[in-house]
Formats: sequence, C-alpha cells, structure tokens
Amino acid sequence: MKENNMNVGGVSTAPLDKADSRVKHSVSLRDQVLEFLNRIKSGDLGSFPVIVGLVLIWGVFTFLNPVFVSPNNLVNLLFDSATVGLIALGVVFVLLLGEIDLSIGSMSGVSSAIFGVMWVKSGFSVPVSIAASIFFGLCIGLIYSNLRTRLGMPSFVSTLAGLLALLGFQLFLLGSTGSINLPYGSEIVAFGQLAIMAPEVSYTLAVLPGAYIFWMGLRTHRKRLATNLSSNGLGNLVIKVVAITVLLLACVYYLNLSRGVPWMFGVFVAFVVAADYALTKTKWGRAMFAVGGNAEAARRAGINVKQIYMSAFVLCSTLAALGGILAASRLASASQQAGTGDVNLNAIAAAVIGGTSLFGGRGSAWSALLGVIVIQSISNGLTLLNMSSAHRYMITGAVLAIAVIIDSLARKSRASHGKA
Amino acid sequence: MTEVNQMTARTALPLLELRKVSKHFGAVSALTDIDLEVNAGEVVALVGDNGAGKSTLIKILAGAHAPSSGEIFFNGESVSIDNPSDAISLGIATVFQDLALCENLDVVANIFMGHELNKWHLDETAMEARSWVLLNELAARIPSVREPVASLSGGQRQTVAIARSLLTEPKIIMLDEPTAALGVAQTAEVLNLVDRVKQKGLGVIIISHNMEDVRAIADRIVVLRLGKNNGVFAPSASNEELVGAITGATDNSVSRRAQRIAEQIG
Repeated sequence: MKENNMNVGGVSTAPLDKADSRVKHSVSLRDQVLEFLNRIKSGDLGSFPVIVGLVLIWGVFTFLNPVFVSPNNLVNLLFDSATVGLIALGVVFVLLLGEIDLSIGSMSGVSSAIFGVMWVKSGFSVPVSIAASIFFGLCIGLIYSNLRTRLGMPSFVSTLAGLLALLGFQLFLLGSTGSINLPYGSEIVAFGQLAIMAPEVSYTLAVLPGAYIFWMGLRTHRKRLATNLSSNGLGNLVIKVVAITVLLLACVYYLNLSRGVPWMFGVFVAFVVAADYALTKTKWGRAMFAVGGNAEAARRAGINVKQIYMSAFVLCSTLAALGGILAASRLASASQQAGTGDVNLNAIAAAVIGGTSLFGGRGSAWSALLGVIVIQSISNGLTLLNMSSAHRYMITGAVLAIAVIIDSLARKSRASHGKA
Repeated sequence: MTEVNQMTARTALPLLELRKVSKHFGAVSALTDIDLEVNAGEVVALVGDNGAGKSTLIKILAGAHAPSSGEIFFNGESVSIDNPSDAISLGIATVFQDLALCENLDVVANIFMGHELNKWHLDETAMEARSWVLLNELAARIPSVREPVASLSGGQRQTVAIARSLLTEPKIIMLDEPTAALGVAQTAEVLNLVDRVKQKGLGVIIISHNMEDVRAIADRIVVLRLGKNNGVFAPSASNEELVGAITGATDNSVSRRAQRIAEQIG
C-alpha cells in the first residue's frame, strides 16, 4: 500500500473507496488470502473446483499410466480439445442467460456436411464453403432466439426439436454415400491434423498475456491513484504477471519437447480470449450477465433484452458451426456420424464442469477451456488404459453429475450466506 | 428564495402532465382517468391505500406498462413512453419498490447498468469513482462496491438503487416507497437527498405510506383511491383529511378516535 491514507491539514484524503471508517477494509496480503477463503466457503467458487478436479484427474491417470503426461500425448489432447472446446464456448453464452442449446452437436454435424458437400462435391472454394456453413449456423441461432423471445418457447424444447431437424438435414445432405472424405493434401486437413506453431511463435504468444496484463494493470493502477481510489499496489501485479508468464512458458516448453502447440488449439484459445474480453470488458458482456441475473431489471435499465438473447443464441449456433468445420478438418471427413454421439453432451458438460452455472448469470469464457480439458483428459486417459467408450461415458457422466452437484451446493451456500 | 422558485415554476409549463390516463389489466381497471401534474423543483407525494394504483402509475411513467388510454405531456409536448429506455431518455428515472437490481453483479455494475462508460472497453476506474461519489452523497455504508449486490442488506440495496437513479441526471425522479426498508438515519438522509434534488430544480414523485415523511418533504400530496384521483392536499392538511381521502371515508375508527382525542384535549 502506498501512503495515500494520510491526513493533510486535518482534511481526510483517504481514497474514495476506503474513506468510510465504519467499514473494515482488508489491506494486507494476509487479509486478501482470508477474503479469498471466505469467498470459497460461502459458495462463490468460480473456477476453483475445476482446477482441483483437473489436478486430481491428471494425478490419477499419471499414476496409472505415466504416458499420460508425456508431451506427445498432451499435444494430441490439445488437438482433440479444440473442436469440442469451441462448441462449449458457444454453450457458455446461452448458459449465462440461463438458457440451453441441445442441438449444438447436430449443428456442428450439419455444418461439416454443408462444408463437405459444397467444397468437395460442388466445387466451391474453401472460404465460400466455410462462410456458407457459418451463415447457416447464424440463421439457426436467429430462429431459436425468435422462438424464445417472440413465442416464449423454452429453449430446452426448441433446441431439442432443432436437434432432430438438423440431424435429419445432415443425413439428407450427405445422401446415400453417408460420408465425404476431404482431400488429404489440402490445407484445411493439414490445419486439423498437423499444423503446429513454430517454437518462436509459441514462446512469443506465451509472453504476450503477461505483458498485456502488466500493461493494463499499470494503467489501471495509475488511473486509480489519479482518481483518488485505492490500488492494490504494483507488488501484487508483478507477482501475478510473473506467475502467469512462467506457467505459460513452462507449458509451451514442455509441449515443444514433442511437436509443439497445435495451431488449432491456438485458434480456440484466441476465441476464448476474445469471448472473455467481450464478456468482461464491454457493455454487451455486462448486459449478458445482467439479463442472466435478472432479466426484468435489465429490461427496466433500458437494456434490449431481445437483442441480448439473439446475440447469445446466434453466437452459440455459429460457434457450433465453426466447431463442426474444425471437426471435419480434424477427421478429414464429413460423415453421418459427425456431431452425433457424445459431442452434444460433452460440449454442454465442458461448459458446466468449467464453472458456468446452469442457472444463469455466473460463469466465464475460460470455463469452456478448463472444462474441455477435463473432458478430454478423461477420454484420453481412459483410452490409454485400454478402456472402452462404455467406461468413458459412465465416468464422464459421473464427473458431469459432480460438477452440477457442486454448482447446486454452491448456490445453496451462497443463499445461506446471504449472497444468492 | 424558494418562494421565487415556486412562483417561476408555477408560471412555467408543468414538467410532466398526465391527462385522463387509464390502465386496464383484462377486466380489472387499475387506473381510471388519472390527472397528475409535476413542476420542476417540486416534490409530489402519491399516497393511497394498497391497490390504489400508485405503483401502476409509476410503472406507466417508467415505461414498464403502456397506458390503455390517456395522454402524457413532458415539457408541454405529448409523448408516448413505450419502453424503459424512452423514459430514461426523456429524463424520468425510477427507483422501483422491488429495486430491480441484478444480484449477481457488483454495485458499480448495477449503478451503471445500461449506461456503462466506454462501450468497447469499460472504464471501470471512472465508473467506480463516480459510484463512490454518488454513494457518499447518500452517506451509504457499503463495504465494497466490488461485492455482488446479493451480499448487501436491504437498506444498502435501496441506497444502491437510489444512487443508480441519480446517475442519468434525470429531470424527474420517481421513488416507490424509498424509505420503507431504511433505518432512521438513512431515512433522514434519503429525505435530505430528496430535498437537495428538489433544490436542483428536478421534479420528484414519491410514493410513501409514512405520512410523516410525506408531510416533511412534499409540496403537494396527491391522493389516489381505487385507481381514481381522490383529491390534492397541501402538506399542511390534517391527518384526518388525508386518511379520509385515502380510505374514502370521513367516518371511520381512525377519524373517530382522532375526534375523541381532539375533544378530550379540547
């Protein structure tokens, strides 16, 4: 703490937010740690449970089969995470409003089918085919949001109907052949299976977040002091920045022992970062949380609630469509199986496991990243142990159940601590 | 000074004028042919029994409900308030009885809800500083503006809601039972604030069940009964007159007891 609590000529110059002497303010690092523990106790969990869970899962799998933490296996894990992760990121947006989209799996399947048919069968260029798939996703999102806001149809039902309809459309598009193979030599397949960042690129990208956080932190610090608000001081900021940078550099170094950081994962993380910025730093993001917390209050504050619903559903369907294209490039095919099976529930589970509440108003874009790494770790670890998908489904189901139980218990605890 | 202000206010057009405003919910008439006038620099108290239509009237002016019929004039011009943002852009701010706060958001986010500074990169520092200024004006006892509103007490939430209504620098502020959940000191502070708002030349519409509060700050007391106008009183009006107008009976146990007491004293 800087010396900004002193009295000059008897007039208090305490910062605006610490001026009220009736209120206890936590100042020292110890106070802040205690405050953090209190928050956890009262049910304001954030990403805390998922990080504990991830450490446990990785510990168990490494113990059972040390190959799990080998750099090569982790690179594979990241390749596999990107597609479902991108779909899960879309789910975060609808979950923040307390809504759901059950058709994301089918949406990704249809999108890969449109992409395959247009590019391979009809001979359109790759960008045009991708644009068409994404545009289709956008239209589906518009339909869902209109059903929700104009007709009051619960998204649970409209997207369940969408799940079937889209699956039917996917089968129709692919016709009797059932699957379309994407040409192996193509850039898009190379992107999904091989493209790895050069070490210099990955190291640079690992340093950037720390630099950005430091720069922003410094700016905020100066501005807060200039506007007579207290600031946590630069010490904490430096500790945070160093910790993040060291952690990221260590991860990148470890992955570079094998092939390196997949571009596809990099793209996914870029989307997560952009989504996080939009949710936490823009007016639109604030409105998303407001509508998710209390739609009526948001409406009275002049927020266009219908537009917010529209943006969430459109983003969700569009990201699902994009995820479908990434899946097609990863598998080098657009097939009838694309987007079916566990894709749907894995994506929703990832968002919830990552800490986005099913009840709306709480969550973050990072939960898609954390959640999908948990899901893929389970699936990858069980495959390494030669377990069938039967076991995988059961264990993933159990983890999802635990995540939802934690969410519900945290909600109860917040209520009993007067923080509901 | 105040007299001069009131004189000029009276000669000018009323800031807000309602003519024959009605509102039906299906077969139920919540409001019938309501007339209301609010001048700049004037505190108008709306009083009435439960179900008299006070909250409905406030909701119409806030754009939460559309009136079924009637006309609303703002600054002499006929306006329609179809949604909350219309009301806000006209300069009508509202503190609802249910406060309309988002419990998952912190105090700053609630105060600036819908009016965030710097759309594409929220200016948290400036918003926090402004929030503290607004809250300090209300002598608010709020530990941190970065706590979710869910962790605040009822009185603190009321303060946040009032601070929020002041943010947009409105021309008229409507307060629906603003002091119902507040302690003695905070009630006095809110009443002080209402006075300060009035001095600034804003119109204030206040709903309250507390006749002492009403008499302390109101310039005119408008009584509603069963969705209709039932008289306009000066703050010097007796309790008997007011209660009579509110309940619709000049002969009831309250007035009889008041009469007995008056006779005993006399």
